[in-house]
Formats: sequence, structure tokens, C-alpha cells
Amino acid sequence: MEYDVIVIGAGPAGMAAAQSAQENGAKKILLIDRGMVTGGILLQCIHNGFGVHQYGEMLTGPTYAQRAYEQIKDKKEITLWLDTVVLTVTAKKEVTCVNPERGVKKVVGKTIILASGCRERPRGAIRIPGQRLAGIVTAGAAQRMVNCFGFIPGKKIVILGSGDIGLIMARRLTLEGCEVKAVVEICPYSNGLQRNISQCLNDFDIPLYLSHTIVDIHGRDRVAGVTVAKVDEKMQAIAGTEFQIDCDTVVLSVGLIPERTLINNLPLQFDALTGGPLVDQHRQTELAGFFAAGNVVHVHDIVDYVTEEAMIAGKFAALQAQNNVVGGRRVQIKCEKGVRTCVPQFLFLPDVAEDVKLYLRVSKFVREKHLVVKSGNNVLWNQYLMAGRPSEMIMLDIPADSLQNVTDEITVGLE
Amino acid sequence: MTETKKFNCITCPRGCELTVTLQDGKFQSVTGNFCPNGAKYAEQEVTAPMRMLTGTVKLTGAGLPLLPVVSTAELPKDKILLAAAELRKITVAAPVKYGDIIIHNILGLGVDMIASCDFACIK
Ligand code: SF4
Repeated sequence: MEYDVIVIGAGPAGMAAAQSAQENGAKKILLIDRGMVTGGILLQCIHNGFGVHQYGEMLTGPTYAQRAYEQIKDKKEITLWLDTVVLTVTAKKEVTCVNPERGVKKVVGKTIILASGCRERPRGAIRIPGQRLAGIVTAGAAQRMVNCFGFIPGKKIVILGSGDIGLIMARRLTLEGCEVKAVVEICPYSNGLQRNISQCLNDFDIPLYLSHTIVDIHGRDRVAGVTVAKVDEKMQAIAGTEFQIDCDTVVLSVGLIPERTLINNLPLQFDALTGGPLVDQHRQTELAGFFAAGNVVHVHDIVDYVTEEAMIAGKFAALQAQNNVVGGRRVQIKCEKGVRTCVPQFLFLPDVAEDVKLYLRVSKFVREKHLVVKSGNNVLWNQYLMAGRPSEMIMLDIPADSLQNVTDEITVGLE
Repeated sequence: MTETKKFNCITCPRGCELTVTLQDGKFQSVTGNFCPNGAKYAEQEVTAPMRMLTGTVKLTGAGLPLLPVVSTAELPKDKILLAAAELRKITVAAPVKYGDIIIHNILGLGVDMIASCDFACIK
């Protein structure tokens, strides 16, 4: 069976990609997800604050997911396969997947959009010493436990890492009657959004220890406490600064990484910092016809931008499937001077007739700077930045006219 | 007596750092807000802080045990924990539609708790 576009993953990215592919003329779209319903991780994000940009109002995760689904559910061009696990994807764009009713199926797409999201960094990735005790869970697992199944992971909680999910869970666990004793963050700044620090920690007087880490987890079968120490600039624990916190649970909120198991074997290049495949402004990877969207490209802090980017991927995958694309010259975008990551990592020129949007992250907290996009000595775009935090993605809209004089490699940096 | 309070605006993800000046405990002025919403928030926050509440209630007949719910408006910040405890007393049966009122006028605060999404019945 051949499809114009096969979308892998029906979270916010996959649903928006499928919607946009349909709106841009694709006639046969297959949307696959391993879950029993669409929505992906949004279904466990029951807090609100989603949708300000896409829908102009604050929605909860489940509401956002439902809105996204309503956009695609009656589209006859879109076939939805739920409860379906994708086993392999090949460079020839064959997708093998399995489902209890259909069994193992092989389908082929003219184009493929990878929208497989991201996963949490586990304990192993951060090497905390201590025993293999019960009571150590990742923030996302705790979230699923509490919000979808009605269990709390423990009663006295210490959260390691100040990523957004950890902060959200600090509040959620407090509301469910747990005692959240502390959030411990190794960086000198929080890795979560400011509003989450205010609303999830400050509101409940939960202490946030910046430049601190857990150096030991105690207990016999179950966590009984942790030892916390201050760290120096090199993030090494400072002897003599240790103190103990009694707790029965350690929640890890130490970062997310693109889920790329399915694409690791494809001839793609990956960005060492975002962890996702390199893409151009249309979210096409280096393998023609392979697109990627959402958290598999780079981890987002706001779902609205996932939807926005996935719309781009869906559109250009649809156009490609209809042979409605023009080629171009590939120009690399390089990050420098305080800009840590940029998606897309390259542009196709000179036939860029449309405006280009860059999604950036800075490497540390900055104030009163200019984001400058250059090609050689040519300044293409200069934008004032009042404040930039590593935890918050920054968008740069570059009008098509500004990209006409591009000669060689593009750089983006702070000045 | 004049005093200043520093906190972040949480109205949008930009999270501007606000500095509020209070005169005898009363709101006077604010700086650091990028847009007018920040000024509104600053005044509210030092006068009567309000918060949205999200949570879950027990759900039967849907295959999944919990229904996510959200308040229709903000509640006084100091009532949030009490309101969350109310949610634990409730069980609803599928089918449920987005927007269905799950708790009317929670704690008499004039705010309803509504369903965040649809849940169909599963036999
Ligand atoms: S002042 Fe305006 S821009 Fe700044 S955080 Fe508040 S709402 Fe956002």
C-alpha cells in the first residue's frame, strides 16, 4: 500500500503534520501511533498553559490534544492507525508496523514525517551513586502515575533537576498531599520556565537549591534519604557542604532527548546538541523525502511551537509527494557567540521564496543583546533581545528579502 | 512606608521580572513589564493572588480511571489546596464531554470545575 505521506507518531506534532499535509493537497495520509488514542504525552500534562499562541487561550494538555484531533478526525484523506507500533523504517521509505488486528504490515510512503517525540533521560545518564532502590522515578513516569492512573510514587519527595516536568510535578504532588522537600538543580539557573518556578515552587514554599546536586541516595530496599552537596563552577561537589534530606522518593527531571530509535540506522546526520536529525527550513532531513517534526527534532518548551513547526513539515512533505518542489543550494547555519542551538540547521537557497523562522536556544542567561544573523560579513537580520534564558526557545522571523544576498554559510550569534 | 517587591510575571512564558512599589501595603506602580498584562498581573498578585486549578477526579466506565479537570476561572491562591482536596471526593461516570461541569461552584467561590476532554464509554 502506498501513501503520499506517512506520519509516525500522533502527538501534537504528528496530528499537525497530518492536518497540514491534507490542507496542502496530499490525498493519502497515514497517521500511526502506538497509543490507544491520539495526543501522545499531552494526555498526561493535565495542567494548563498550552495553546496561547495556537488558539489564543490557555488550555490543558488534554484539551489541546482534543482540539488538534478535531482538526483531523473527519478528514477522509487521513487514515489513523492506533495501537500500532512501528518496528522499522527503511531509507526506501518502507514502514513496517504491527497491530493486534492487522498483524504485521508493510506500507510505503512517498514521504515520511517522523514525529516520535522525545524521552526522558534516565538515572543511568547522570550517574548518581547509591543503591538500586525502589522509589526512584523519572518525572514523566511520576506524572503518568499520578495523572492517568491515580497513584502517587511516594509521600516525601525530593526532585532532582528543575526541568519543567519536575516543577509541574512538584505542584501536582503537593496538591495530592505529598510533601515535596526540595528541588535540587546542578546548574546555577533553573532549567524550567519562569512561570513554573513561580507557580509550582514559590507558591508552595518548596526550596530550590541551585548549584547543588544529589551525591548519594540512601536506603535498603526503598529510598530513605539523599545527601545533597553544593557544586563548584565545574559542577563538582564541594566537600564539606553536604547535608541530608529524608525522603522516600527521588523524582528525576534531568532533561529530555529526542526519541530516535527508529531512525538511528538511517543515513542521517544528527545534531550533537539537540540530539535530533539535521533539518532544513522545511523540516526535511538530509535524506530526500524524510521529514521530522516536534520533539524528535529538538525538545520544545511550548507545544504551540511544535504544532507550528509540524505544520511546516506537513506542508512540504505534501508538496514533495506531489512532486511540487524546486531544488536548491544547501547553506549551513552555524551557531556562535552565545547561541547554543538553531533549528533548522541548514537552508535551501536560492529558491527560498518564503520567510524563514529560526528557533534558537542561548547557552546562558543574557540580557539586552542583539541576535545577529550573517552570511560572511553581510548582516541579514538583527533583532533586539530583551532577555534570553537557556530554558526558553527564541524565535527569529527572517523575511524572504533578507535572504537574497546569501553567499556562503550563515551564522547566528549574540552581539 | 514604601516597599518594593520583586517577582516574575507569569501571564505568559516571557516571564518578565517585575518590580512593584507598595505604599503602606497598597499597590503603587510596577516596572519591568513588557506589556500591559504584566501591570494587571502585578497589581492582582500583591492585592489578591489568584491561580488556576487543574487536577483529576475518579472516572468509571471509560477504561481509564481518571478524568482531568480544570477550573473555569482562577481561584484565590490560598484556597487552592482546599479545592484540590475537594476533587478527591468526586467520582463521575463516562461518557463525559469537554466542558461538562464536574463540580459546580467549588467551595462556594463562584468557579466551576469542568472536564478537560471527552471520554467515551467502553463496554
Ligand atoms: S509583562 Fe507581558 S510580556 Fe511580560 S511576562 Fe507578563 S504578560 Fe508576558
